[in-house]
Amino acid sequence: MKYNSLIFSILLLLLTVQEARADFRVFACEPEWAALAEEIGGDEVSASSATHAMQDPHFIEARPSLIAQVRKADLVVCTGAQLEIGWLPMLLNKANNPSVLPGKKGFLETSAYVRRLDIPQSVDRSQGDVHPQGNPHVQMNPHNIRLIAVALGERLAELDSANATQFEQGLSHFLQRWDEATQEWDKRAKPLRGKKVVAYHKSWAYLEEWLGLEEVATLEPVPGIPPTAAHLANILSLLETGGGASFIIYAPYQSAKPGTWLAERTGIPLLVLPMTVGGSKQTATLFEQFDEILNQMLGVL
Amino acid sequence: MKSDYEARIDELERRLDLAEQSAVAPSAAATEEPYESGSTMTSSGRDNSFNPAIGVTLQGQAWSYGNDPDDYYIPGFPLAGEAGLAPEGLSLAETEISMSASVDDKFMAMLTVPIAVEDGETEVELEEAWVETLALPAGLSVRMGRFFADVGYLNTKHFHAWDFADQPLVYQAFLGNQYIDDGLQFRWLAPTDFYLEFSGEVLRGDRYPSGGAARSGVGSGTFSVQTGGDIGFSNSWLFGLSWIGAEADKRESGPEDEPLVFSGDTNIYIADFVWKWAPFGNSRERNFKFQGEYMWRNEDGIYSIFDGLELPWDQNQQGWYAQAIFQPIPRWRFGVRYDHLSGASTDLAFIDTPLYYLGPNPKRYSAMVDWSNSEFSRLRFQYEYDYSSEANDQQFALQYIFSIGAHGAHSF
Repeated sequence: MKYNSLIFSILLLLLTVQEARADFRVFACEPEWAALAEEIGGDEVSASSATHAMQDPHFIEARPSLIAQVRKADLVVCTGAQLEIGWLPMLLNKANNPSVLPGKKGFLETSAYVRRLDIPQSVDRSQGDVHPQGNPHVQMNPHNIRLIAVALGERLAELDSANATQFEQGLSHFLQRWDEATQEWDKRAKPLRGKKVVAYHKSWAYLEEWLGLEEVATLEPVPGIPPTAAHLANILSLLETGGGASFIIYAPYQSAKPGTWLAERTGIPLLVLPMTVGGSKQTATLFEQFDEILNQMLGVL
Repeated sequence: MKSDYEARIDELERRLDLAEQSAVAPSAAATEEPYESGSTMTSSGRDNSFNPAIGVTLQGQAWSYGNDPDDYYIPGFPLAGEAGLAPEGLSLAETEISMSASVDDKFMAMLTVPIAVEDGETEVELEEAWVETLALPAGLSVRMGRFFADVGYLNTKHFHAWDFADQPLVYQAFLGNQYIDDGLQFRWLAPTDFYLEFSGEVLRGDRYPSGGAARSGVGSGTFSVQTGGDIGFSNSWLFGLSWIGAEADKRESGPEDEPLVFSGDTNIYIADFVWKWAPFGNSRERNFKFQGEYMWRNEDGIYSIFDGLELPWDQNQQGWYAQAIFQPIPRWRFGVRYDHLSGASTDLAFIDTPLYYLGPNPKRYSAMVDWSNSEFSRLRFQYEYDYSSEANDQQFALQYIFSIGAHGAHSF
């Protein structure tokens, strides 16, 4: 029987037709980094993402399919700041791919290239899922995307020197388009400055900083703990006495119920904003993601 | 209260500062130098920024039995190791201290030390103490030391990660609850687009189902292959086949005062299957998990029973369990499990020993509900209807599992 299992496995191996792909494999933890790698690398990279737009990147499982992808990756691009602490260490441990381990050139932590917000003074789990290195949701500010694009472009050129010129060109082309778009967004976003928001989770610190929004409450009592009835009632009375808010915002992978409850009682518009690319037809690219965020917020202002 | 207000004031001041800043420079991030520009320092790829990552899992339980737990045994399947019933009444389950870290750029190490209370004595055990390579090419890795043998699905899971307060009967009967041994483990992950992993181990063979470190201290070996994948965004599966081949030299099992002593060969084959469903892969909101394992074993050798009487033994036995866990809403999980063991009747010569078996097949029904405030805390209630011993029994358990410090990522 042991030989049977061996034969079975070898057969499986032989049956797998190995695609002859000369391109550079990028394993991204989140879709925005896969999208960014493709913007810069074009046809020279094939990028896949561990999570998709409908998924909470804090909490996925270290699935077998992901282990197989990390095994073959040339570059792993993740947000870091402990966003993926529940699953990435297991993937890296199981994948037996020494070139993508943290500290190696094959591992890029994007949040290390921006100024991190919400770095806690003290770390205690009674505060919920706190991230000692600061808020990890750095992709929500287009100015951060620019900084990370530069780092990613340089890393691609370094690792795949044969295509370095293409990557450099790809990067400068992307930056040119991105800078134009960012100027436009900055201009459009002016009316949002100073507006108050209620957020589901502390996912929006970078968006709020960029747009000058003021977060008056989060639906979660502490980060990572689901909203409770008592906490929602507190927010309701806070909003009634404290002058309200312009938006209640949550991510596509978060429950709509608590926000709906609050929106019905306060009349504040409830928005489900894209946290990354790929969640809908309107958010197929990084450019469209920020367009969509502004369209939604300005649309209900 | 006061500090709370101070914190709020600080927060307001911070926001004011921010608002002022952004009024002047709308794109603060673009104009300011990043804090850690160009740094490749990482935090996400390792369990914790502490070195080493230290974690403690605190666990306790309360069991209630209808029958006297001292009378419990499974006819035909003498138990060994940690297998058997937990103490009646209130008791501590193992308190687990774990540490792990990279040794250098080529090795990482892990230590797990459960502190258990057994018969009033506090015992420090060594559950895991291993070093693993990080830098081997071609998808290879080698682990050396003491570890959970890489067989089946549940065998490599820590106590705190089990979905029930006890192990399935087949794990208790065939693997002494969980097969841990000392030796070398070789893993190879095939460069395929789907997951395919081979693992082989050479082990000392000092622990059940092996014993006595036979064959000059290389008494046991295992081989396993695992594959798995996704079906759409919401379903994932894992399938594995494993084999344990061990020689036992005066291996003890059954009652501690009058142990049964076995010398001979034991071969165990395991098939395991796990299927997980979560809408869009968001298991935190809602998820379902089905898991089942089948084991078949042959033990061929000599049993020495009372008074040194030696009798030949060549038995095929099998067992399986299937369980389903459903989490309909965040925090709450509900689970059911069915256990089954079977084998051929044993010779009349074994009468009055735990080896004597005529049937019926031992089986057990279990149900549990647990509540987790966060991924670091869990409270559980469990009910079992047990047909595995001589007299049927109803069993109840309450259990808590709390984890502080670093807590490593869980495997699938």
